[in-house]
Amino acid sequence: MIELKNVSKWYGPFRVLDDCSMSIAKGEVVVICGPSGSGKSTLIKCINGLEPFTKGTITVEDISVGDRSTNLPKLRSRIGMVFQNFELFPHMTAAENIVLAQQKVLGRDRAAAEAKGHELLDRMGLAEQAAKYPSQLSGGQQQRVAIARALAMDPIAMLFDEPTSALDPEMITEVLDVMVKLAEEGMTMAVVTHEMGFARKVANRIVFMDQGTIVEDADKESFFGTPRSERAQLFLSKILQH
Amino acid sequence: MFGSFDFAILWANAPFLWNGMLLTLQLTGLAVTGGLLLGTVLAVARLSPIKPLAWVVEAYVNFLRSMPLILVIFWFYTLVPKLIGRPVSSFYSVLIAFVMFEAAYYSEIIRAGISSVRRGQISAAMALGLTKMQSMRYVILPQAVRNMVPVLLTQSIVMLQDTSLVYVVGLRDFLTSADIVASRDNRPTELYLFVALVFLVICFSASRLANRLQRKYAL
Repeated sequence: MIELKNVSKWYGPFRVLDDCSMSIAKGEVVVICGPSGSGKSTLIKCINGLEPFTKGTITVEDISVGDRSTNLPKLRSRIGMVFQNFELFPHMTAAENIVLAQQKVLGRDRAAAEAKGHELLDRMGLAEQAAKYPSQLSGGQQQRVAIARALAMDPIAMLFDEPTSALDPEMITEVLDVMVKLAEEGMTMAVVTHEMGFARKVANRIVFMDQGTIVEDADKESFFGTPRSERAQLFLSKILQH
Repeated sequence: MFGSFDFAILWANAPFLWNGMLLTLQLTGLAVTGGLLLGTVLAVARLSPIKPLAWVVEAYVNFLRSMPLILVIFWFYTLVPKLIGRPVSSFYSVLIAFVMFEAAYYSEIIRAGISSVRRGQISAAMALGLTKMQSMRYVILPQAVRNMVPVLLTQSIVMLQDTSLVYVVGLRDFLTSADIVASRDNRPTELYLFVALVFLVICFSASRLANRLQRKYAL
């Protein structure tokens, strides 16, 4: 469904992504991990064209992301994205956050968009919070609203950019639980995260990145069993120490 | 000492003073409106990815902000007739000066307002499939305006006070009118006290309003 071929990206002389190729099949959950600054976030932001890339091709259901003639807003509306800092719109209630793009992008009428929003908030266990503003919600609640906002667009795939990194430890579980459920329902997902417990539970494949390159792309069992690269072994030993 | 005060002088000259007040309010209203419009254009130009455009606007803003307003008023008073080749009333030359001058300040406030919205917000809006224009309209500007309304209001209060400078080109604003009465009837104390009181009431109400807006819209 999502295909990256030889993707490279430079910021001036600095190479952020170096010849990255990978693919995500329908229904697959791919976890992307690696040390900070390795280009993981940049890579998934290239998938929906939020970050431009210099070389290579990315296609989503055979639509080329880098092609100038591609209608990027339309493409983005079909791919959900969840950010590290939630990025809920602070001047709108939780419900309004979920309604906005349904109305303005998909052209749903207000009643239908609100119904969809409430159904999703309910699924996230947030039915009571619909009328609250983001500042009145905890981090974990905000992130679940953000997931609901993305799901409201009926996306064909979901991208998660370190969805739990900005959360207090006690709130990480509530967000991961939602993501696990989503994965079990068959959602196609690309998840940048350090949560190896999550990866063990639901990932089909693990992609390990370092210094802008994909060092390892392996199925879960072989990655956690015997990662082939030294760098992946070192990384794992560091984050699994405790 | 207050025994010798003659506040009847205010009543006797009320229509004259009111005319001055009308000019002050008119000038403030028009200059604020024009300044905001031009200021928004300048702010957007300064944030534009077209670098030369941003530089020209930056130079304009920095230049005008380093000039005393009174000098700008003089300039436009002598420049505008020369530029368009025919005489212009003092009122319009002053209005143009105010609009150009205020726009420089407003543009900085508006630019700061837009920049104060976190960058991630535009990514989030666009990730949902909103176009750039829609993201600006529904996500960025509503937040930016909330951030800048109190400062814009404060700047407009300063603008109101600055209208008293128009005496240099012979216009009769509120303060100038009061000044005329004061020297003609030799009643400076009463008149300047009155002027101070009126400015105090207007500016104090406006700052209270600014505070309330700030609290109401704080995010």
